[in-house]
Amino acid sequence: MSRIQDKARALIASKMKLDESEITPEKNIFNDLGADSLDFVELSMLLEREFNVKFTEDDTANVKTVGDLYELIEQYAK
Amino acid sequence: MKIIGTGSALPALTVTNEDLTKFLDTNDEWITTRTGIQARHLLSTEDLYDISVEAATKAIKASGLRPDEIDFLLVSNVANRHVTPGLSCIVQKRIGLTCAGLDINVACAGFVNALMLADGMMKAGHAKNILILCAEEPTKYCNWKERDCSVLFGDGAGAVVLTEGNAFKDVKLTMISDRDVLYYERGMEPTPFQEKYVVGQPLVMRGKELFRTAVTESAKDIQALLKRNDLQSDDIDWFLLHQANKRIIDGIRNIVGGPVAKYPTIIEKYGNTSSASIPIMLDEMIADNKIKAGEKIVMSAFGAGFVSAACLWEWEF
Repeated sequence: MSRIQDKARALIASKMKLDESEITPEKNIFNDLGADSLDFVELSMLLEREFNVKFTEDDTANVKTVGDLYELIEQYAK
Repeated sequence: MKIIGTGSALPALTVTNEDLTKFLDTNDEWITTRTGIQARHLLSTEDLYDISVEAATKAIKASGLRPDEIDFLLVSNVANRHVTPGLSCIVQKRIGLTCAGLDINVACAGFVNALMLADGMMKAGHAKNILILCAEEPTKYCNWKERDCSVLFGDGAGAVVLTEGNAFKDVKLTMISDRDVLYYERGMEPTPFQEKYVVGQPLVMRGKELFRTAVTESAKDIQALLKRNDLQSDDIDWFLLHQANKRIIDGIRNIVGGPVAKYPTIIEKYGNTSSASIPIMLDEMIADNKIKAGEKIVMSAFGAGFVSAACLWEWEF
């Protein structure tokens, strides 16, 4: 697991009030982690701040799983 | 400039989340977790003009001034059943005023924008005592067959009387032209010459986009205000934020900093009362003796436009 993924996992766990072990790439952010639509907006804003990146609306519209989020962050945080 | 009197008025009818479930596909848990709102007041037997006069009259009484000592009336209102005349004209006589006035529509940021205008008018010597009235009935432009907007709003009015002083320290206004995030479109009368007639439609809101912009821009306003006044968030005693959504308030606090206790809320009992939210909250805090002389207060609001505004006070009585 990359350093980016490590940091993102910790942030997602903190935001969703879950144990880090529950944050695995295949988990669906909404169905498995229990995020509602505002949780997801809050989470994407938190990740943008922490990684100093800016996602587009199209980017976030396609995110379903934790793995999708990791990919998105890695794409911008290069 | 300083505030020497406040007043507020809410409609008598309280509508809880549970009440809404009788005709909307929603429930208390859904509304509370997404917005923090538990109840709101809605106009029913009274109208906007009644609560406007009540709030304004209370503010004047609290100021110790007579109505004829008010030099100017500034009214913030997004919409009411009169397109013309302005709300200031309609309520002026009932409040007992004889001064001139004007209406502004800067959506939910109207109160902070009105403060900026009042400050400018005093500095230019146009007025010494100014009444700002924020009176809103946003429940009248929601689609009550859908839950998206109708659960969010409440009606209400808040007013302040301002006079000369040194409490009002700074103000920052922001405008980003983006109608589509939040708008209410009224139909106008068709003419024989107009080829494209626009039918009005109830409030349209892109919730996620509004949430993101509101948090980002409000935090930017506040941080800019603090920076140019050599202040840290720890120096501020109260952050009085527009009461649109508890989670927007939390989002701004997460960026700006400071404990929850410095970010009071009234949204749980009144919903989003548009530009009236901050003056209503201020009135309640002053009535409860929560605000002390010398305290530093930031007010911040955002709304349709997109607009946002923030101001800084060092409180004087």
